[in-house]
Amino acid sequence: MKFIQDAFDSVEHHFEKGGKWEKFYPIYEGHRTILFAPKSVTNQSGVQVRDAVDLKRMMFTVIIAMLPCLVFGMWNVGHQHFLATGVDATLVDKFLVGAIQVVPIIVVSYAVGLGIEFTICVIRQHPINEGYLVTGMLIPLVMPASIPLWQVALATAFAVIIAKEAFGGTGMNVLNIALTARAFLYFAYPSDISGEVWTFLGGAEPVAAYSGATPLAIGASTIDNVNAASVTSLFDQSWSAGIYDFWNMFIGIMPGSIGETSTLMCLIGAAILILTGVGSWKIIAGVFGGAYAMGLIFNLIGANQFMLMPPEYHWVIGGLAFGAVFMATDPVSAAQTESGKWIYGILIGVITVLIRVFNPAYPEGIMLAVLFMNVFAPLVDYYVVEANKKRRLQRATV
Amino acid sequence: MSKTIKLKKGFDINLAGAPSNDVVKDVQPDTFALKPTDFPGMTRPKLLAKEGDNVKAGSPVFHDKVFEDVLYTAPVSGEIVEVKRGAKRKILEIKILADKAVEYESFTKHSVSDIKGLSKEDTIAQMCKGGVWPNIIQRPYGIVANSEESPKAIFISGFDTNPLAPSIEVLFSGQEQAFQAGIDILKKLTSGLVHLGINGKEEIPSLYSAVKGVQINKISGPHPAGNVGVQIHHIDPVNKGDLVWTVTPYGVIQIGKLFLEGKYDASKTIAVAGSEVSSPKYYSTYIGANAGKFLEGNLKQDHVRVVSGNVLSGNGIGKDGYLGYYHNALTVIPEGDYEELLGWILPSTSKLSFHKAFGLLSFLTPKKEFVLDTNTRGEPRAFVQSGEFEKVMPMDVMPTYLVKAILAEDYDDMEALGIYELVEEDIALCEFIDVSKHELQTILRSGLDLIRNG
Repeated sequence: MKFIQDAFDSVEHHFEKGGKWEKFYPIYEGHRTILFAPKSVTNQSGVQVRDAVDLKRMMFTVIIAMLPCLVFGMWNVGHQHFLATGVDATLVDKFLVGAIQVVPIIVVSYAVGLGIEFTICVIRQHPINEGYLVTGMLIPLVMPASIPLWQVALATAFAVIIAKEAFGGTGMNVLNIALTARAFLYFAYPSDISGEVWTFLGGAEPVAAYSGATPLAIGASTIDNVNAASVTSLFDQSWSAGIYDFWNMFIGIMPGSIGETSTLMCLIGAAILILTGVGSWKIIAGVFGGAYAMGLIFNLIGANQFMLMPPEYHWVIGGLAFGAVFMATDPVSAAQTESGKWIYGILIGVITVLIRVFNPAYPEGIMLAVLFMNVFAPLVDYYVVEANKKRRLQRATV
Repeated sequence: MSKTIKLKKGFDINLAGAPSNDVVKDVQPDTFALKPTDFPGMTRPKLLAKEGDNVKAGSPVFHDKVFEDVLYTAPVSGEIVEVKRGAKRKILEIKILADKAVEYESFTKHSVSDIKGLSKEDTIAQMCKGGVWPNIIQRPYGIVANSEESPKAIFISGFDTNPLAPSIEVLFSGQEQAFQAGIDILKKLTSGLVHLGINGKEEIPSLYSAVKGVQINKISGPHPAGNVGVQIHHIDPVNKGDLVWTVTPYGVIQIGKLFLEGKYDASKTIAVAGSEVSSPKYYSTYIGANAGKFLEGNLKQDHVRVVSGNVLSGNGIGKDGYLGYYHNALTVIPEGDYEELLGWILPSTSKLSFHKAFGLLSFLTPKKEFVLDTNTRGEPRAFVQSGEFEKVMPMDVMPTYLVKAILAEDYDDMEALGIYELVEEDIALCEFIDVSKHELQTILRSGLDLIRNG
């Protein structure tokens, strides 16, 4: 591998101070450090040795945790396509149809996002941060497969510039960047990311019985209807037999955003994040627990059929699992204190179910709940930190 | 009331190159040096001897213009051959070419029973004049104590949990009497208790087995359980306005010897250890010893970093550098100035990590000895990952928020978040495991300086 190092060395002087491309040093440095872990050493004072971990490895671990969702999602996009159009297809066919839809979205997300990152790093002379490696994968996974690519590009640009770089880059953002991208589309181009967009039809005619109503939409439809049948019985009557059966939804064989339909794949991702210590189990458990508890409370109130839906159904619909595992755990926008993480996670779960049941105009409960709690996370942390200060003061008077 | 404290948080760094128990007595460096920079609180060191002067062990070499009474004295007898200065004529090293046999300044000798009757004023005066006062460190700030103040308690950590920590049994064998005398002296300096923290998991070293007049606290757990700051936090914490003093076991013995034997005895046993030392063992030498002799023909390779102290809070001194005043080990590790192809992601069992992120497999072999070099293993980044410092911080302190308060120069928050309880070594493990590679010890010291200098 010496020849690659030599190649880098031979151009390095162009990027150093006084070289013709000195402004582009962050880009040179960013590429070199992706290929080679840098040769920097510790100072003569302070720690002399460092832990083998770094931010690149942490971020890459998150990407690995997302792979089950991505692979399943690609298959599911194809599966839903053939199901809705009434065509029998093989596993490979389904996967290919999905990949043809999904890969361009991923490419656009990375190209636009990294392009902006590189430009801003050059302008600000900051080193390139690895935060976007994760964001660039999260954005496609929360998009419907039918999304126009220019919208992906626009949303990515909006999120990276407004939600991240305007605040100072990786580590400084208040809102989750991927969810900001999704929320942007949700409010700017609602017709392409809500309603009956969740199955990729690709111009083909759906079968006669086909309906694009999502479980959340079915649930919401019962709210103002006093004579509605129970939500679970409506699920049972959906156009394709068993598609909204609890376990089918748990596995994730239903329409939805590319990567978020499968609770099972999200839980595999959660296991990876928790076992590697990269994601906070407190937040993940908090979201699931909070949603379940709120579902139970609504069961007790029972004012409409959506309230009476068994609480475990909230876990498997509307991307709650994906939000809990990959969005809520973003360490920068989440609460950063250990007790704060519990409060933050539980409130996300509670608010998700609240939004779903009380505000059927915005069925995207988890997205709005996470963004909402992103804004409140510093407040949660503030009180946890104040409690620490108070303990110290009380100790003094004892 | 002796306390038993069991700590869970922390991380033991298991390094290759632990010393064998042999103590080499016949390898002695030619030069020794005092470094004013070893004392973090030193404001304006002023020389009391000049180049060419002959000194005895215990002769004053310099003092701090702010605390003129406290003398910093020569560890050995000989000639001051060089005063090395840095930028703005700052004194870096005062080098002494040692005599073959050490001659001592003589101070008043006391019998064990005399010590009991000594007044506090006489005690302090002899300690300051005899060069042992710098062993007394005050907290807050981790600086040499002001002899005019009186602490609410004195803490001694009787064990060391740092990487490659030398064995107490080897360092201090046969020093029980001096240790006891030192304790008797320290008891005069506080109205409160003298605390001795011992490792609750190990057999009590002979040095402490018969010690009287101290409260013995049993502390167990991974590093940093042996840090005196952790012990203070759990036994009698430093609140705003509080003052405690800390002394190392070596300091206690040195104080005891000054009174029992009437001399400033700077002899100390040090460990020369680390993965790059051919035969790691102990050496009997003096404070400020030059590292060269111990490493001559004793290194496996040449591209190394010689660290005075341990790898977490020590200093790189170079192969011809001088042992730090408070240090009792030289640790030699490989330099890490190499690039590694895809080193940031390839799985590895040979790289030590507290974390378990993808490919970091060292957690599978907790008993294994690791060779760590000076590579930073990544570049500095903004704070991203949260909740990691808390896992290695066995104190009710929030390191991230404290560090942010320091960076923001927010005095109230620094105080409220517990900066008075910490010195560099307490936050060293956080710095080691930091995903974002901050220089936490440097930041902490800048915060302490800010508060101290107002």
